[in-house]
Amino acid sequence: MHYVIIGNSAAAVGAVEGIRRVDKHNPITLISDEPYHTYSRPLISYLLAGKVTEEKMLYRGQDFYEKNNVTTLLGQKAIAIDTDSKAVKLENNKVIIYDKLLIATGGTPFIPPMDGLEKKNVFTFIKMADVKAISDVVVAGNKAVIIGAGLIGLKAAEGLASLGVDVTIVELANRVLSAILDEEGADIVQKNLEKRGIKFELNTSVKAITGGEEAQGVTLSNGKALPADLVVVAVGVRPNTEVVESSKITVNRGIVIDEKCQTSIENVYAAGDVAEGYDLIFAQNRVLPILPNAYCQGETAGLNMAGSESIFSGGFAMNSIGFYGLPMITAGIVKPEGDGYEVLVKMVPEQNLYKKIILKDNIVVGFIYLNEVDRAGIITGLIREKTNVSDFKQELLKDSFGYIDLPQKLRRSKLLKGDSASCQ
Amino acid sequence: MKRVYAREEYCVGCKLCEIYCIAAHSKYKNDLVKTFKKEAKPPISRILVEESRPVSFALQCRHCEDAPCTKACIVGAMHKDPETGIVTNAEDRCVGCWTCVLVCPFGAITRDERGHKVASKCDLCSDNGQIPACVEHCPNRALVYSEYESNNGKK
Ligand SMILES: Cc1cc2nc3c(=O)[nH]c(=O)nc-3n(C[C@H](O)[C@H](O)[C@H](O)COP(=O)(O)OP(=O)(O)OC[C@H]3O[C@@H](n4cnc5c(N)ncnc54)[C@H](O)[C@@H]3O)c2cc1C
Ligand code: SF4
Ligand code: SF4
Repeated sequence: MHYVIIGNSAAAVGAVEGIRRVDKHNPITLISDEPYHTYSRPLISYLLAGKVTEEKMLYRGQDFYEKNNVTTLLGQKAIAIDTDSKAVKLENNKVIIYDKLLIATGGTPFIPPMDGLEKKNVFTFIKMADVKAISDVVVAGNKAVIIGAGLIGLKAAEGLASLGVDVTIVELANRVLSAILDEEGADIVQKNLEKRGIKFELNTSVKAITGGEEAQGVTLSNGKALPADLVVVAVGVRPNTEVVESSKITVNRGIVIDEKCQTSIENVYAAGDVAEGYDLIFAQNRVLPILPNAYCQGETAGLNMAGSESIFSGGFAMNSIGFYGLPMITAGIVKPEGDGYEVLVKMVPEQNLYKKIILKDNIVVGFIYLNEVDRAGIITGLIREKTNVSDFKQELLKDSFGYIDLPQKLRRSKLLKGDSASCQ
Repeated sequence: MKRVYAREEYCVGCKLCEIYCIAAHSKYKNDLVKTFKKEAKPPISRILVEESRPVSFALQCRHCEDAPCTKACIVGAMHKDPETGIVTNAEDRCVGCWTCVLVCPFGAITRDERGHKVASKCDLCSDNGQIPACVEHCPNRALVYSEYESNNGKK
């Protein structure tokens, strides 16, 4: 039995750990086009800001591969998969034969068409190499334009601003973090960022990056022109499905997987940002590019690859982030559209405090916790378990909301189980 | 594995478990007086007494079999020991992103922002090598440290 994994991040590590829970011996080969030991991707903005060293970014210890009997092919890119001959072809012409394959190739930056993308000092922001390239050129006093006010764009902004860079963010939507916040929440976050000197151009897009060989500015579709020494394109990520394009594996937006994280082809699994797995809230397959989902799908794939039947009941959108000391945790549907939703809200503007819980048929389907995030996981758990909250709905927004507010029977069953479902 | 189970009918809501938890994690280990007198910023309790009179009970990390916090941690700091089952946070690696707070279904993780931000949680007093301080000092035996999923304190 030979396990082959393409990728070296959260989903791949989840798979290695899943496989090794069941099968301690059979060889695992892990292929990654990045030349590094597995690292925590979300920490790249910390690295840019100098808040962590490269060493502190390791997602697993230095002995991870050795301990788990994994042969690594780092700095080598997989370019094609032939599922008939069970072969992965690498760019350097090597061919790796698998019995069970996991595709965990993650995401790739989405780059909207615009003029001037080929200029120097135009960057993306999802990899270690991106940070190294930016660090090589950036100096305090530079002007940067970031395209996209999503999580990655704001993280890049925070990192650059901490280096003394003058940052302007251009965003097509009417607000920052439009995927995880509503207008009310986004407004608080934006003001907090503006206080630190970060500027915004909302409801507009970059038409062209201007300059000679190097970027010198951008022109916007609202007619404005902004000077820029560097431009970071952070509009979003999309599934990195390149390696399966010539194969028979079914791809919708991402590689379609079932509840065992298997693709349309037997013995071939996919997990993480490249995959399109089940979303518990939307009750359909969706791409969920977040780390907990990547790990859980990877682990589920690994268990199944090693022959231990395991089912991932699904994920849903969830994020915990913070900017300049303003933490936020959000999950699920944060801005319901259509009928049948009930919305509970608490807003204390002078404390930057905002809580919103969205219910459908007395089941929590989403929430926003801004600046008061303690014990948010209890709500996440109610979503996952689809708990009917009609008996304690009025308590949900309380500062001290906790297990005490659950009906005794429900509380006891949860606490006495002494355990919780996570991936399965 | 052994876990701490609360017997809410015996809990009197005195919060001594919180006090002893703080002392157990202070640099003046288990010394109540020094902890509260000398520590400039005493640790945060890793056990929480929830109450709504007349009911109260103490709650801390359940050391989940399939611990969601360990799977969600963005840096790989949260870890479940395969031998003992105890879930601990490698605090030097933790970046205080609170993703574990997002996924812990028991709300058992607190944000420790006294210095470098870290996720703080019950470690079953694993480096004390004895029964957890909260269990030891509960005056009415409302906390039991047991192998079994029982609420009656008997094995
Ligand atoms: C700046 C930033 C901040 C983030 N912050 C958060 C956060 O706070 N919370 C959160 O939940 N998520 C966050 N994310 C998202 C999170 O990083 C991803 O969801 C997660 O890394 C996905 O893991 P993955 O294993 O699916 O893929 P990836 O991490 O994308 O890794 C894919 C791997 O596959 C390799 N690869 C790709 N193609 C090939 C090929 N053809 N051949 C060989 N190797 C290949 C890549 O080099 C890479 O190593 C953040 C992302 C970024 C960029
Ligand atoms: S911190 Fe929460 S999720 Fe993690 S093991 Fe403890 S109870 Fe489970
Ligand atoms: S707060 Fe620390 S332990 Fe929790 S997920 Fe973030 S890095 Fe991991």
